[in-house]
Amino acid sequence: MIKERYQSIIVQVICSLLIPFIQLFALYVIFHGHYGPGGGFQGGVLLAVSIILQRLYLGTEVSYRKFPPKLAPALGAIGMLVFGLAGVIPMLFGGAFLDYGNLPIPWVHGAELRALGILIVEIGIGMAVFGTLVLIFDSLIGEGW
Amino acid sequence: MSSLSILTLAPLLLFAFITTLVGIWRLKWAYAAAVIGMLLSLIAAGAGVFRVLAEGKLRHFLGGWPPPFGIEYVLDHLSAFMALIIVFIGLIAVVYPPEAGLYQPPRKGIPMYGLLLLLFAGLVGVVVTGDLFNLFVFLEIYSLASYALITLGGDRAVVASFRYLILGTIAGSFYLLGVGFIYFSTGTLNMADAAQRLVPLYSSPVVMAAVALIVIGMCIKMALFPLHVWLPDAHSYASPMVAAVLAGIQIEVAAYVVVRFMLTIFQPHYFIDVLPVTTVIGWMAAVGIIFGSVMAIAQRDFKRMLAYSTVAQVGYIGLGIGLANPLGLIGGLLHILNHAFMKSCLFLVAGGIRYKTGLHEIPKFAGLGRKMPLMMAAFTVAALSMVGIPPTAGFFSKWYLVLGSIDAGNWVFLAVILASSLLTAVYFFRMVEKLYAVPSSGDAAVEQATEPSAGILVPILVLAVGIIILGLINALIVTQLLMPVAALLPS
Repeated sequence: MIKERYQSIIVQVICSLLIPFIQLFALYVIFHGHYGPGGGFQGGVLLAVSIILQRLYLGTEVSYRKFPPKLAPALGAIGMLVFGLAGVIPMLFGGAFLDYGNLPIPWVHGAELRALGILIVEIGIGMAVFGTLVLIFDSLIGEGW
Repeated sequence: MSSLSILTLAPLLLFAFITTLVGIWRLKWAYAAAVIGMLLSLIAAGAGVFRVLAEGKLRHFLGGWPPPFGIEYVLDHLSAFMALIIVFIGLIAVVYPPEAGLYQPPRKGIPMYGLLLLLFAGLVGVVVTGDLFNLFVFLEIYSLASYALITLGGDRAVVASFRYLILGTIAGSFYLLGVGFIYFSTGTLNMADAAQRLVPLYSSPVVMAAVALIVIGMCIKMALFPLHVWLPDAHSYASPMVAAVLAGIQIEVAAYVVVRFMLTIFQPHYFIDVLPVTTVIGWMAAVGIIFGSVMAIAQRDFKRMLAYSTVAQVGYIGLGIGLANPLGLIGGLLHILNHAFMKSCLFLVAGGIRYKTGLHEIPKFAGLGRKMPLMMAAFTVAALSMVGIPPTAGFFSKWYLVLGSIDAGNWVFLAVILASSLLTAVYFFRMVEKLYAVPSSGDAAVEQATEPSAGILVPILVLAVGIIILGLINALIVTQLLMPVAALLPS
């Protein structure tokens, strides 16, 4: 369906200019999520949008080489695993599930350790949402599956 | 504080994603990873039952935040009992070979085992959580996983799954709306906290509306007549392994939610005297038992017959809730356990027959009994248990339901239980007769049939032996696990 590259030069230039900024902003949203508005879900959506935009203007043939469709479910699963491990690892060190205060990072303590813990979870969620949304898009256009 | 509740759930969640990950490279590893995850979870669930028996209620505070601010997971007699059933039946379904359990192997990239583990994670989550909203999250997790799994059954299954999706989403929204109403009125989502704050609000129309919404939502999920319309299609077109899980454990979890609301979150007299919840559930269940049994007699397709039989059997669980006395509730809860074993065994047998012979219509089964003696013996045990013949497990849950009906002085329910046993006997003995007594019609598929491989046979036989063992040790289960739950009801 979208095998071909989009013909208009304006669309191509604008998209190729936009994508790096979308991704940068996505990372900002993920890493800033526990201080302000945003977080893993919103950042993951933005990351996925950048790949979907690339699929739309480059066509799947080129875009699949830049971001293989197999990567999407893998990213989703790894992201959820990061989340799950951030929950389970504190239990091995005497805390409760998702008790970031007990993460085994010796040089960080107290509130800082908790902030770091929620950041790890946000990164996991970001990866999971990123992978899942790209997977949904790839399944919908039905190429390479 | 004990972690066993979360330790039952965590392996399922983690391995759901590990399975998906390794499945991208090697399909065989996905099977191995799924079995490991289920085994880890089974160990935790078994340990959970023993710890609960020794120490009573086990609580776990997520993130170390104490309730009512944080989310708490609670393992008590009822939830430990349910979690063990879910994980055990789940393990059997995962071990069952996919070539027999599914009509066609899923296309590359569809994480079937990941979805199955996610379904079990959702089910276990519903039974171990002590938080009203967390329960909704797990409800949606298991529902979404089941919609996806049903579609693996082929084209007709996709339509059935879509119908189930619409009704299931309505049910989920009803539950969420009900929880929203409770949250407006009490300001808390923790079950134990809500239970205390709800007492002065029992006459509030908002709380009454919340109960109505939640109970109707859960009745849709557990397919209680007349809200069962999605079930026959979804369960008969789904692949046998998926149908075994859905009929065996998935719909029963909704019954658990109703029991949880009746006993823990509200005081039982609110559901019995103030609002006629148990009366309505009881009569709906009684009609459903007769309707499901009659419809099952009318079916030619084996799995469709089983699906209608599920409508009837869910009625027994509903009847146990509806009787609202200790003996009746014990019968209903025991029937959750027995039905999980019987119905999964029967669906797995359906998968085995379909895999070896390609047959699915009962009239064509003539003569199969001699060709597959072990599998058909397992079928016969499960069928006897469905009818309720001692010493199989099915007899004892019906016995408690009969005692409960006598206790309540409700002779109509008693007549319904006895009549439906006869109707169940009609549709199962009709099939037993075809298998053993009617000579083979010379159909090539039947003539060439042989006993299936050990991979298919072992899970089926484990369930069949389990049905007899459960029948023998039912007194132990009732006195240790179910009596403390039923003691909350006024006798």
